[in-house]
Amino acid sequence: MTTLLIGIFLLSLLVITAIAIVRATDLFSAVMLSGIFSLLMALNFFLLDAADVALTEAAVGAGVATVLLLAGLRLTPSTEAKGRSLRALSIGIIAAVALLMIYASFGQPSLGDPLAPAQQHVAPWYIEKTPELVDIPNIVTAVLASFRGYDTLGEVFVVLTAGIGVMFLLGGGRGKPFSRLDSKVEEGLSRHLIPKVMARLLVPFILLFALFVQFHGEYSPGGGFQAGAIFVAGIILFSLVRGERLTLAVIPPRVLLWMSAGGALLYGSVGLAGIAMGGNFLEYSVLADDPVLGQHIGIIVIELGVGLTVTGVLLSIFHAFAARD
Amino acid sequence: MNLADHLPALQVALPLLTAPLVILLRTGFLAWLAALLASLVSLGLALLLTAAVLETGTQHYAVGGWAPPFGIALTVDGLSALVLLLITGASSLALAGGRQSLRLDIDNRRAPMFYGAWLIAMAGLCGIAVAGDAFNVFVFMEISSLATYILIAAGRDRRALSAVFKYLIIGTIGATFYLIGVGFIYMMTGTLNFADMALRLNDVIETRPIIIAAGFITIGLALKAAIFPLHIWLPRAYTYAPNAVTVFIAACSTKVSIYILLRFNYAVFHGNLLGHSDLFAVFIIPLALSGILLASAIAIYQVNLKKMLAFSSVAQIGYIALAAGLASQAGLVAALLHMFNHALAKGTLFLCVVAFVLTSRSATIANLHGIGRRMPWTMAAFVLAALSLVGVPGTAGFISKWYLVTAVMEVPGWGVPLVVAIIASSLMAVVYVWKFVEVAYYGKAPGDDTAAMEVALPLRALIWVAALSNVYFGLFPQLPLALAQSGTSTLLGGLN
Repeated sequence: MTTLLIGIFLLSLLVITAIAIVRATDLFSAVMLSGIFSLLMALNFFLLDAADVALTEAAVGAGVATVLLLAGLRLTPSTEAKGRSLRALSIGIIAAVALLMIYASFGQPSLGDPLAPAQQHVAPWYIEKTPELVDIPNIVTAVLASFRGYDTLGEVFVVLTAGIGVMFLLGGGRGKPFSRLDSKVEEGLSRHLIPKVMARLLVPFILLFALFVQFHGEYSPGGGFQAGAIFVAGIILFSLVRGERLTLAVIPPRVLLWMSAGGALLYGSVGLAGIAMGGNFLEYSVLADDPVLGQHIGIIVIELGVGLTVTGVLLSIFHAFAARD
Repeated sequence: MNLADHLPALQVALPLLTAPLVILLRTGFLAWLAALLASLVSLGLALLLTAAVLETGTQHYAVGGWAPPFGIALTVDGLSALVLLLITGASSLALAGGRQSLRLDIDNRRAPMFYGAWLIAMAGLCGIAVAGDAFNVFVFMEISSLATYILIAAGRDRRALSAVFKYLIIGTIGATFYLIGVGFIYMMTGTLNFADMALRLNDVIETRPIIIAAGFITIGLALKAAIFPLHIWLPRAYTYAPNAVTVFIAACSTKVSIYILLRFNYAVFHGNLLGHSDLFAVFIIPLALSGILLASAIAIYQVNLKKMLAFSSVAQIGYIALAAGLASQAGLVAALLHMFNHALAKGTLFLCVVAFVLTSRSATIANLHGIGRRMPWTMAAFVLAALSLVGVPGTAGFISKWYLVTAVMEVPGWGVPLVVAIIASSLMAVVYVWKFVEVAYYGKAPGDDTAAMEVALPLRALIWVAALSNVYFGLFPQLPLALAQSGTSTLLGGLN
């Protein structure tokens, strides 16, 4: 009952936020509102017991995505351009899509129904077999990293591709140098005492927490995606108070490029190692004499690859926006 | 287990894993060379897979050693092999022929990023073609789309950016629709594996989520396949992309979306949803017909050669969609054959455009007057491919048009009007092709310059190889025909 009430409350807030985003003409408030939207989504996921997804949504959607959008906003005007007359048409199409989805939802199994088809087929198998085959407590990690590890490899390449796109178009890596750094000195918020002190206190803990999320992903919610996003959040905080120049001196663009490419390569090499050791592509069981140990090794290494690529790409994107005029 | 058993996985993994290495390279030349080699090796893998499919039938592969539906399965049948040949062939052709042109479009420092994105785009398309899992298709759709946006945005014309933004928005809507549909299906069946889905859908047919899912998936994929009138992103994207990129994407990217549209509609929905094939036909045939007629008509009025060919692509996609919508054995064979043959013709035509733009610096028809006399070799190849596009006997285009007309004639009551529409569109193709051929051969060159200015021999040779393949597959269509027939039987017979 309480869960239901909280759910209704959160979903109503979600709708209100969504309407506010659509109505906002000031892009800055739209970005902040979309951050709030992500945070509410994260709470909703948490309410549905999807802690891994909630953590990702909070770290990526509410955290890094908001910062990236704000950084992007520096390159554009801060208010929405006067829309053309297509607004009515788009609202109509969106309404039609929404109605269709609502119509479909009347036929769906009710929330948490143990007899729903989605709970009857592959899910029980994962729950039953994970302890035996992979032997890690977090089944979500087992599905994501091993049973459906090929999809996750794909997602890492989606992230890498996004990084390549931004570096190709805006600069970074070995591409265009960042124009802003050549022109005027950017010292961030370093002259403001309170943010500076707070950030100095927080950054080490954020980075430490990122490492925890990275390496504890088998036991508790988390993994490479979340860890990468949290790590990047820490570095971005550092960059906000100490300036771009220093951040780029700590982790130069070249290193970011190597991290982005290296993480993806590391993941892929585990796949090829599976073939070389006589199994299938991405088969971790053959990596060690004991199949379960092989699974553990495989999962740890690919999670490391995920974390490296996510960190490298997100930071490259941040610099590409923030260090540019 | 020997390496040959891993072909389906290597087909994707090889180009995918070469990409991060390519972006670490320092010069454009090395990056290009690495991309070309990876592309050629992928073509080799695709040929090996094709041979394996023709010999032993559908190839199955369980990634990670987990049996489907718990793990992700790869399935390669005749249809996948056909699409794989298109993807890797088009990529190799475009990379080999596009070196000079791409060097002008993209500066040396950024080139490694570009070629990395190219390999990721190719690997993503291959990933879709070998996937046996609905969510896996979505992942690789994301990979290939994102990478394709980068490739198009590399165009020297600033309008490439606005064109790619439109493509990005529409492509994302299409992918989201697909994902919504897959989500609904997972909710009702609990599986993501195509073959398993086809079996388990039986228990939940005629439930609302499944019907809505079928709609979302079909419309989402039709958006990505640029089926008229959902093609609005296509002409500008093709026009402002770097010329070599246009060769690659025009030959294969919309076809991959059609491939997955067919796979879903036939292998999954066809046997399960009552009247689904009728509904699919009612949805897609009118759109296909209007595309065939209107897009051909619009093509006539284009002043830019690339845009003309782009609208011609929309019309040709209409042929494929029309044939696929007939829901008959003959119709599907015609659709798959036309996918292959149109890719041959369009790939050659756009490769000729690469050569034209290299020498005359413009793809506007007004600036290409007299080009036929100045570049006789390239122009002759262009005409040859254009004949295939129109469907003249002796070329590959004729074979698929012939199968298309035969399939259409089987439709009771509608055969003759449909044939009339196909003939009308083919005649319009003659008109727009002739418009260009006329000014190319008989137009007065700007400044009365009639000096020969052919492109370098390797590119010319490549153009001719591509052009002659149109004739070869017109005279000996056995390979695409065998693949199309084997693909059709898996589509109609379910996945098993």
